[in-house]
Amino acid sequence: MPRGVTEISQSVFDLHMIIFWICVAIGVVVFGVMFWSIFHHRQSRGAQAHHFHENTLVEIIWTLVPFAILIAMAIPATATLVKMYDPSDADIDIQVTGYQWKWRYQYLGEDVDFFSNTTTPKEQINNESEKGENYLLEVDNPLVIPAGKKIRFLITSVDVIHSWWVPAFAVKKDAIPGFINESWTNVPEPGIYRGQCTELCGTYHGFMPIVVDVRPQAEYELWLAEMKNIKAQEIASAKQSISMEELMSKGEAVYKTACAACHQINGEGIPNVFPAIKGSSIATGDISQHIDIVLNGKAGSAMQAFREQLSAVDLAAVITYERNAWGNDSGDKVEPAAIDELKMAAKQ
Amino acid sequence: MNTMAKVEHTEHHGPAAGLTRWLYTTNHKDIGTLYLWFSFAMFLTGGCMALMIRAELFQPGLQLIQPEFFNQMTTMHGLIMVFGAVMPAFVGLANWMLPMMVGAPDMALPRMNNWSFWILPFAFAMMLSTLFMEGGAPNFGWTFYAPLSTTYAPPSVTYFIFAVHMMGISSIMGAINIIATILNMRAPGMTMMKLPLFVWTWLITAFLLIAVMPVLAGVVTMMLMDIHFGTSFFNAAGGGDPVLFQHIFWFFGHPEVYIMILPAFGIVSEIIPTFARKRLFGYSSMVYATSSIAFLSFIVWVHHMFTVGLPLMGELFFMYATMLIAVPTGVKVFNWVATMFRGSMTFETPMLFAIAFVVLFTIGGFSGLMLAIAPADFQYHDTYFVVAHFHYVLVPGAVFAIMAGVYYWLPKWTGHYYPETMGKVHFWCSFIGVNLTFFPMHFIGLAGMPRRIPDYALQFADFNMVASIGAFIFGFSQLIFLVLIIKTIRGGSPATSEVWDEPHGLEWTIPSPAPYHTFSTPPEVK
Amino acid sequence: MSHETYYVPAQSRWPILASIALFLLAYGAGTLINGLKTQTGGTGLVLLLSGAFMMSLILIGWFRHVINESMDGKYSPQADLSFRWGMSWFIFSEVMFFIAFFGALFYVRTLAVPWLGGEGEKGVSNMLWQGFEAQWPLLTTPDMEKFPGATAVIDPWHLPLINTAILISSSFTITLAHHALKAGRRKAIVLWHGLTILLGIIFLSFQIMEYVEAYQELGLTLHSGIYGATFFMLTGFHGLHVTLGTLMLIIIWLRVLKGHFTPENHFGFEAVAWYWHFVDVVWVGLFLFVYVF
Ligand code: HEA
Ligand code: HEA
Ligand code: CUA
Ligand SMILES: [Cu+2]
Repeated sequence: MPRGVTEISQSVFDLHMIIFWICVAIGVVVFGVMFWSIFHHRQSRGAQAHHFHENTLVEIIWTLVPFAILIAMAIPATATLVKMYDPSDADIDIQVTGYQWKWRYQYLGEDVDFFSNTTTPKEQINNESEKGENYLLEVDNPLVIPAGKKIRFLITSVDVIHSWWVPAFAVKKDAIPGFINESWTNVPEPGIYRGQCTELCGTYHGFMPIVVDVRPQAEYELWLAEMKNIKAQEIASAKQSISMEELMSKGEAVYKTACAACHQINGEGIPNVFPAIKGSSIATGDISQHIDIVLNGKAGSAMQAFREQLSAVDLAAVITYERNAWGNDSGDKVEPAAIDELKMAAKQ
Repeated sequence: MNTMAKVEHTEHHGPAAGLTRWLYTTNHKDIGTLYLWFSFAMFLTGGCMALMIRAELFQPGLQLIQPEFFNQMTTMHGLIMVFGAVMPAFVGLANWMLPMMVGAPDMALPRMNNWSFWILPFAFAMMLSTLFMEGGAPNFGWTFYAPLSTTYAPPSVTYFIFAVHMMGISSIMGAINIIATILNMRAPGMTMMKLPLFVWTWLITAFLLIAVMPVLAGVVTMMLMDIHFGTSFFNAAGGGDPVLFQHIFWFFGHPEVYIMILPAFGIVSEIIPTFARKRLFGYSSMVYATSSIAFLSFIVWVHHMFTVGLPLMGELFFMYATMLIAVPTGVKVFNWVATMFRGSMTFETPMLFAIAFVVLFTIGGFSGLMLAIAPADFQYHDTYFVVAHFHYVLVPGAVFAIMAGVYYWLPKWTGHYYPETMGKVHFWCSFIGVNLTFFPMHFIGLAGMPRRIPDYALQFADFNMVASIGAFIFGFSQLIFLVLIIKTIRGGSPATSEVWDEPHGLEWTIPSPAPYHTFSTPPEVK
Repeated sequence: MSHETYYVPAQSRWPILASIALFLLAYGAGTLINGLKTQTGGTGLVLLLSGAFMMSLILIGWFRHVINESMDGKYSPQADLSFRWGMSWFIFSEVMFFIAFFGALFYVRTLAVPWLGGEGEKGVSNMLWQGFEAQWPLLTTPDMEKFPGATAVIDPWHLPLINTAILISSSFTITLAHHALKAGRRKAIVLWHGLTILLGIIFLSFQIMEYVEAYQELGLTLHSGIYGATFFMLTGFHGLHVTLGTLMLIIIWLRVLKGHFTPENHFGFEAVAWYWHFVDVVWVGLFLFVYVF
């Protein structure tokens, strides 16, 4: 088990080592006696059976001794657990939301809010190209937190149960739709820490990594300012019109991260599981219906609402792309401004 | 319908000829045989799914199957092994042995006995048919957590729910039969504290079954209602809670894992004394220990849910209660060791399996205890460490005990000794295979590999490869077992009625093979 | 424990037929339910009905068979005891089934709903449901659009109270019938037993009236959030058990009329009486925890 970097993860590690060695010791004693008898009291060595079969005293002893050992284990375990359960006095609150199959991080009170998708290319997964160093453990937007500050996580989900785990922090908490679980960490060392979703959450449960980028306080603040800046630009650019080519190339990129997991790169989906977009009635038919399903999702299915997940420009781009790629040559172009209006309307 | 009256006269003869013997039988030995063969078939089916999983995990990257199908394999593997392989095997052994052990002519309710069995093939036919349905088979794990198994489930989930209902009916009727047999059909003089331990452990197991199978039925019914009839048990939008599902499921699920191990304790407690040529050490403490395990099993379910975010007091209570189970289980282990101590041991195949059981089950128990430590479980939960834990208690635990039991009683059933060398080869191949498969899983789990994933990061590659190789070794060794059983049924050196050196118990007082009807008049037990 | 030999029935084709019927029932139900939304459950319905039909024939045949065996005196007292153990443990399994639903009820009442409403250790969850307040019975659900809550709940002090009185007295009447059976007073048995059946039927009719009121006037439905879900599942399964109990009472009553039971030997009667008491006890639990508190 990794020793981890936080105080909590280190006390968990110590706990692990204590119980492990206790078990080994008990094992050595028990198996030792057993193999000793197997060796010496075998018929082929002329052993005679001794007919004893009861002894209340030993029974009591070997009930009480394990009991005592257990109490010895329970005390440090309780202490560690109590510490883990105290999320009070946090410096920063971050809401972590699980989506099929990505994470969303919202910095409460900061107006910073983004999604974090896996970036491992399909070619690597399908063994068509060399696997990278962080195969399956890499994302586009890592969670960024400052070192040495107590961070409180409010963990939840919008669809099924996920679980947010970073081994180096010993933080693992289930993300339950409709409820919020609290957890916290305080990382002394800047660095990149990786983890994965650990609750079966559907087809791509194995492709839902977590990357935490811990930075010194000053760099964190720079990053925060940068994020807010980008956000402002996004809002501004939503008002402008963009050329068709740009929409298409942006759309393809967005499609790859946000849609291809289900509908596949070639737009053909998976028969009976995920519908195709290539030649589909939605992507070639009424445009407002197409926009609606992308923005608001389809209730009771794996199709999520992307209204919050993507910026107006990205939404316009991906819808344009879907309507023109793979021979869906409708020629339609969706304006970011139109999407922006819909987004605003939904906020009210 | 009035033909039934005529059939009545054939009673107290040998078995009927042809297929109807198996379809219409009321004989506990026939039904036991049916259960055992069914279980073996399911073991192969579930095992082939496991091999599919292991083959995909042989190397990182997706080679053979897509993630969607991988999830279906994991789910079906777990369900089939638990409900199709291990549980029916124990019921089969109970059918064969309980009446002979307590000196009864048959099970208490023979027709119901037949019904309990014949529901199973239909239930599993339905379960397996989901693999060919639109949208695929259940893909949400054998623990089928809501809402993945409700709002987000494939349509086949409805059939899955009804299949679970059918299995529940079968198990409950089987358990009622077993309890009635033990309580009511003992030969004169066979007092409770003289019952063989296999009988005792089954009595308690049957109680557990009757207590928790209805709870499972309840929770799948809630799922059905949530999916199709608009209720909101597991949906916060209506005031429900997805975690409620887990509480009810594990209230069933934890006792369920003891249902799969208590009869194994019973079998091992029969075998070790025979081959140590000594009486079992601490008979009564074994009975009390088994009862305490059963009692405790009802108050530890939350240890499967340490990370769902429960109030601190809840976590602490369930952590302590879970740790307590190590005490009675330890008593059992110590008693087995004390039985071997200063005995006069020989190592025929049943004994080899029994000894391997004691060692490897204890290792699995130790990892269970580690999991029980809540703060540490935050690191272990849903990783391969858990997978290693439960395969250690289930495969070299439950499955080895079943194999030990089969070897032990096979001469009694067939009238022939099995080929001893072949048995030993089977044992050693299985022993090596099982450890190669599941021991490395501890390491990959601790290194951080989550379970239920079809593809993994590069640092887990080496041990996964070892595990996959082990799985194939273990799997193919089971073919030896199959051949051995068929050979023994066909022929072999004739077995005496005692079979082994001075074993204890009524089953050894009747000839081998055991006649079709035993103890039509109850024996006297002194 | 007696020393007589135990009656082991010969081969029987009932069990395998019953397994097939059960399979048809289950497969039919699955297909029917899956087809509900698309109106394509037709084959399912056919399978379901044929399974049900087959199952009823089998049950009739199987029980007739058992009754004949019993009348022929094939069952020793030991066999009688096996049946008793069988029935008791069956009832125990039924109790556990209800416990699952009661457990769900207590859990949501004491934990989940308060958490959603911002109380207790997981009260932060209320962030997701702003404006939602915990109350029980839960009339305003966290998301009123998805699960529109009921306008009101059933008043316990009208129909439910009457129903409680009815069921409790039916437990007495069945006991009176039992005493009469043991004393061999035929007329009294027929009367008390008949009265029990009548009470059962009245109970069921009231229950149906209550459901109609709930659906039509109160907006209390399966769909009205967790209160409606627990309410209908608990009372619904109880109602199913009363229906089954009443059917069994009717069959036993017919057997009484036929003179099947003697003061010494009447386990069939007793089994049904036990079942009836069980149904009664469950109702008291329901009345207290679903309606009153
Ligand atoms: C036969 C089945 C079986 C058995 C017997 C056990 C036995 C035990 N199990 Fe296991 N368990 C499973 C089957 C089983 N388990 C399964 C299938 C799962 C996973 C389900 C899923 O999620 O899919 C699981 C998961 C599981 C978890 C959840 C892990 C997680 O998901 O995070 C936990 C946590 O506490 C646990 C604990 C235990 C404990 C404490 C025991 C104890 O009973 C063990 C007691 C035995 C010993 C301790 C060894 C012998 C004792 C001595 C030699 C005495 C001295 C010892 C000491 C004082 C230490 N088990
Ligand atoms: C008693 C129960 C039991 C048994 C016996 C087994 C046996 C095995 N299990 Fe399983 N397992 C579970 C219960 C069991 N398992 C459960 C409950 C889960 C959790 C599921 C979930 O996550 O929801 C699980 C999950 C599980 C996983 C994790 C999957 C995941 O998380 O994605 C893996 C991975 O390696 C695995 C492997 C194996 C292997 C290799 C065996 C081997 O021991 C199997 C050996 C047997 C055979 C291989 C068959 C032998 C026959 C042949 C090979 C002959 C060829 C066939 C013919 C000629 C017809 N199991
Ligand atoms: Cu998200 Cu697994
Ligand atoms: Cu458990």
